[in-house]
Amino acid sequence: MKLAQPRRRPPATDLGYADLPRLMSLMTGDEKHTESATSTLDVLWVLYDRVLKVSPKTARDPTRDRFLLSKGHGPMAFYAVLAAKGFIPVAALEDFGSFDSILGGHPDRNLIPGVEISSGSLGHGLGLGVGLALGLGLVVPGSGGHRSPRVFVMVGDAELDEASNHEAIHFAGATGLERLTAIVIDNSSRTHRVLGGLEGPFQVAGWEVRDVSGRDHAAIEAALAVPANGRPTAVIARVERNS
Amino acid sequence: MTIAMRDRFATVTKSLLDEDPRVAVVLAEISRTLFRDAELAHPGRVINVGIREELMIGVTGGLALSGLRPIAHSYAPFLIERAWEAIKLDLTHQDVDAVLVSIGASYDASLEGRTHQSPGDVALLDTLPGWTVHVPGHPAEVEPLLRSAVGGRGRAYVRLSVEENAEAVTVTAGRMRIMRRGDDATVVAVGPLLAPTLDAVRGLEVTVLYATTVRPFDAETFLAVARPNVILVEPYLAGTSAATVSRLLAHRPHRLLALGVEQLELRRYGSPADHQRAHGLDSAGLRARIERFLEEIEPAEQKHSHITQAITASL
Repeated sequence: MKLAQPRRRPPATDLGYADLPRLMSLMTGDEKHTESATSTLDVLWVLYDRVLKVSPKTARDPTRDRFLLSKGHGPMAFYAVLAAKGFIPVAALEDFGSFDSILGGHPDRNLIPGVEISSGSLGHGLGLGVGLALGLGLVVPGSGGHRSPRVFVMVGDAELDEASNHEAIHFAGATGLERLTAIVIDNSSRTHRVLGGLEGPFQVAGWEVRDVSGRDHAAIEAALAVPANGRPTAVIARVERNS
Repeated sequence: MTIAMRDRFATVTKSLLDEDPRVAVVLAEISRTLFRDAELAHPGRVINVGIREELMIGVTGGLALSGLRPIAHSYAPFLIERAWEAIKLDLTHQDVDAVLVSIGASYDASLEGRTHQSPGDVALLDTLPGWTVHVPGHPAEVEPLLRSAVGGRGRAYVRLSVEENAEAVTVTAGRMRIMRRGDDATVVAVGPLLAPTLDAVRGLEVTVLYATTVRPFDAETFLAVARPNVILVEPYLAGTSAATVSRLLAHRPHRLLALGVEQLELRRYGSPADHQRAHGLDSAGLRARIERFLEEIEPAEQKHSHITQAITASL
């Protein structure tokens, strides 16, 4: 069954990529994750602007694409993109971190419209993403064995130190979970080198691995637009060291 | 080894899969053979993730996020303790509904040793808000409790054991049942410790409540019959429900004897009955401590004296 949802919807706001730095600057306080917030900015923008089939109007539609920010650290870029796309009001950014704010140092799905998981402790997104991908095949009519709706999970390169990721990577590879796409933001923040490279664990487990510049919007879109057939997709987005 | 409660769990779960398309089962190899038919009958709804317990709970959370009603099942120490942070974050913090069903309990795995024993599971779940905890004492009590857990909303834990009472009781999820009445004390016996408790209090003037749902604690039934002497008999860590009882009785003068599995590394094998005796949870061990409590005799100075005695006697 084809999902009837149109790929592009009229933008909910007239805010664009050029507004993101200003939106991020609205959030002040003791944010400690500024560097990693910036590392994710371009990929987040391309996802919400060009790839994800989700909008504020379809944020509760069962057939929407899911984006899971596993790397809950540095969510300011995420919040800025959500505001630019109309999921949350821009005014919410100015209130970042207050006792009554919906926006804190790590996102909470129960507080923020459009946020799929509460994250912050590293290594939880891929496991949840595997379950969500399996579940969508069962609950979305006609989607069993198909690649839509899709589940995207963003992790950090150092986050892959957590062993829980590897339980999920191996299971998803072994079961050919093509609905699942992992996005690894590589800002070289890990202490120890990964033998075989960041792509190694994914390749060994049977994923299709795509390597792109995490700043090149066209390349990011090309890598994310169409998932691999019969196996999960990993997109490694390289950005500046510790950006 | 009888696995009667586990068998009932598998049978009832198969019915639930047949009846409700939103039910799914997540396994980490353990008990997989019991679900082989269900796996074939319901493609995609019985998911074995391999020996990956963190992933088992992550997948459970993800299935719940998709709108399904997942049941995750494994041995208690792997289901609850190994996957603990995932239970805290992937289920509770996400605020999704799920059912966890364990086997093994505190010392079913007497021969396997400490690695396979989980006396602390209920105490751990007590650190999180909103978990319902069911502890059936007989295979026939599994179905009503499991159906209540899966059919309802929220997060529930069903703790199965090889230990069981000789006779089943008609139980209602969420409610304690008054088994006998007496004025000298109110005894709350949980799950499979009902039979030894009833044996232990023979001839004593005490009320016995049978609890198969321990969270939420059935305050209404308990307060209606609570005497100033209160005795808890729990098949997991001693004192697990002591804080709950103390809160409920905050404004009533009372004494509390909290019996259960002692917090120690026993380092003994043998049978579950050996462990029950070592922890003073057989009828003789219960009787001795209940009598001393009712006679207001202070416990012996030596800590875990009943354990020391049991171990000494076995040497």
